[in-house]
Amino acid sequence: MAADPTNHMEPVATPFFFYLLGGLMLIGGVLVITRKNPVHSALALIVTLLAQASIYLMLYAPFVAGVQIILYAGGIMVLFLFVIMLVSIERSQRERQFNKQWVVGMVAATALGGLFIAVYTKGRGIFPEHALPAVEAQNTQNVGTLLYGQYMFAFEIASLLLLVAIIGAVVMAKKRI
Amino acid sequence: MDAMLHISTLHYLVLGAALFLLGVIGVLTRRNVVVVLMSIELILNAVNLNLVAFSRYWGGLHGQVFAIFVITDAAAEAAVGLGILIAFFRNKETVNVDEVNLLKW
Amino acid sequence: MLDYIKSYLTSNLTPGSAGNMFWAFVYIVVIFLGLSVAVIAMNWLERKILAHMQVRLGPMRVGPHGLLQPIADAIKLLLKEDIMPAEADGFVFWMAPIFVVLAAFTVFIVVPFGPTHAVTDMNIGVLFMLGVSSLSALGIVMAGWASNSHYPLIGALRSSAQMVSYEIAMGMAVISAVMMTSLNQQGTGTLSMIGIVQAQQAQGIWFIFKFFPLGLIAFFIFAVAMVAETNRAPFDLPEAESELTAGFHTEYSGFRWSLFFLAEYSAMIAVSSIAVTLWLGGWLRPFPNLLTGAKWDLFFFLFPGITFLFLAGMCFYSTVRMPKHPLFRIQTIGLAGFGVVLGLIGLILFIPAVRERVQDIYWFSMKVAAFMYLYIWYRGTFPRYRFDQLMKVGWKILLPMGLGVLILTAGVGLWPLIQQTIWNR
Repeated sequence: MAADPTNHMEPVATPFFFYLLGGLMLIGGVLVITRKNPVHSALALIVTLLAQASIYLMLYAPFVAGVQIILYAGGIMVLFLFVIMLVSIERSQRERQFNKQWVVGMVAATALGGLFIAVYTKGRGIFPEHALPAVEAQNTQNVGTLLYGQYMFAFEIASLLLLVAIIGAVVMAKKRI
Repeated sequence: MDAMLHISTLHYLVLGAALFLLGVIGVLTRRNVVVVLMSIELILNAVNLNLVAFSRYWGGLHGQVFAIFVITDAAAEAAVGLGILIAFFRNKETVNVDEVNLLKW
Repeated sequence: MLDYIKSYLTSNLTPGSAGNMFWAFVYIVVIFLGLSVAVIAMNWLERKILAHMQVRLGPMRVGPHGLLQPIADAIKLLLKEDIMPAEADGFVFWMAPIFVVLAAFTVFIVVPFGPTHAVTDMNIGVLFMLGVSSLSALGIVMAGWASNSHYPLIGALRSSAQMVSYEIAMGMAVISAVMMTSLNQQGTGTLSMIGIVQAQQAQGIWFIFKFFPLGLIAFFIFAVAMVAETNRAPFDLPEAESELTAGFHTEYSGFRWSLFFLAEYSAMIAVSSIAVTLWLGGWLRPFPNLLTGAKWDLFFFLFPGITFLFLAGMCFYSTVRMPKHPLFRIQTIGLAGFGVVLGLIGLILFIPAVRERVQDIYWFSMKVAAFMYLYIWYRGTFPRYRFDQLMKVGWKILLPMGLGVLILTAGVGLWPLIQQTIWNR
């Protein structure tokens, strides 16, 4: 792990780790959308996710980093790989990889990128050089207090959403119910 | 050079925006459903990065809580999406999005 | 520089918390070496114990009682040709063992061998351990897929399905133990590995006995799930040799195969140390609050040395019983030498300064070693499950049990509060 999440010390060499992990994330992202083989895409996505978990540690969010590793990298990506292996990919690899409206898509994405660049160059002065000092060592406890206090209703909705997702996934994937 | 070496919130936002763009390109141009779903994960991750960066900027934890909700959402989305993919593959023997152009078959 | 190194010795923090990079590095190297030695020892012990359970002798040729067998095996594996199937996906095939080993070793940076004997103490310790050890499922899937062959692919599919299913039951059990840590004045629990053991010390009870039988049931769920999680018998379907040859590592040979072997055993040690930390009091010696006083302290301090002296005694006993044939002369001398080394280590452990530092590590390792023996015992006694049975146990028995234990633990933990509010009304 790149950064130490114990909060009573500053992470060392922040710029170095930021550029390293950010670079890893972007390389992973590019590989996700360009690889022919979906398994390679999934592995590249795992690299992105793990690098992002380390960036969360740098941002003093150890709990989110832990959730990212256990849920995203350990859960969702295993599911993805599992499904990729269930559906045969031999044939789809030899086919065309990009759809017909890729030109339109690229134009739309470029426009969005231009928008981002415009916003961030204009809004550069809004953000100070340094963020606020380190939050506290009790990150997990405070996140829990918020989740079960202020965001109780949202939490319950999320559990309902998961229930719906479970039923939906079973209904969709099962041959005969 | 100084702006490069002091990592501020803006740096994280730019990283998130770049990741978001990659995800958008993936969703709009790829044919394989699995890769499209993975690009959606990229988009959600970009959003999460912004949320956590802002949470650090404001010194509160609300952004992190929201990021956890987004991760939950991503899990639900992946499960249902992959379920649909399996049903789709069983019926059509393909995993390409642009071949789903019939309402009923 | 020297002051920097010395300054840590007086602090009572882990090197990571104290921000001392030198000692963190030393701890990492020591843990890595210790783990490798433990895996080698496990290899020998497993073969020996299984053999004795089946009324065989096991390895006897290389060294006295086959003591040098693991070293011979290691040399054989390193010298073997490293084969990569022609149709394999080269990069993924190459990455998979490295990924598995990295995941298996990374978890050890939060394992608390003592109040200060951990590389670092994370705020999210248990979450980190569970998360990173679940990453090894990815490595196994990579290995199975990259081999481009049927048996490995089926092994990988089985392994991923199994690990994802049992992770949930495991998580439920872990959460019920983590909830027990919050039964203090402040009412806030902790996920930090060191914090969990300290909570057990403060409450004066190992969590396995807390709210009897709730803690015990949670421990049982974890103990079953961790066997499935590490792909060991009786849940070793991903590498069931009678069905899948060797499962996900069928196509691997030589050094890469030995990396898988190393990862499997260190993952076993890792999940065992989670179980020990959460339920069996981590580094605490038996009855730390009951049998106090200088006499009992001394009594428990002497255990590490006595253990090594006992092992040395066993060596000398075997030396005496060695056949008196000239062919066995070198083996006899070797065994006696091994006994002398063990005895010397035992004597060093009696020095007061050493025994006080070592005893936490000793109790932790002893508890983990008991789990390791349990793993071998399972393998020697239980027949392998069928895959549908495995899924049934995971989803229909362990998960509801885990949910029930979780809710009951919360209810019992909150009971004083509920009572209070009712009385006050």
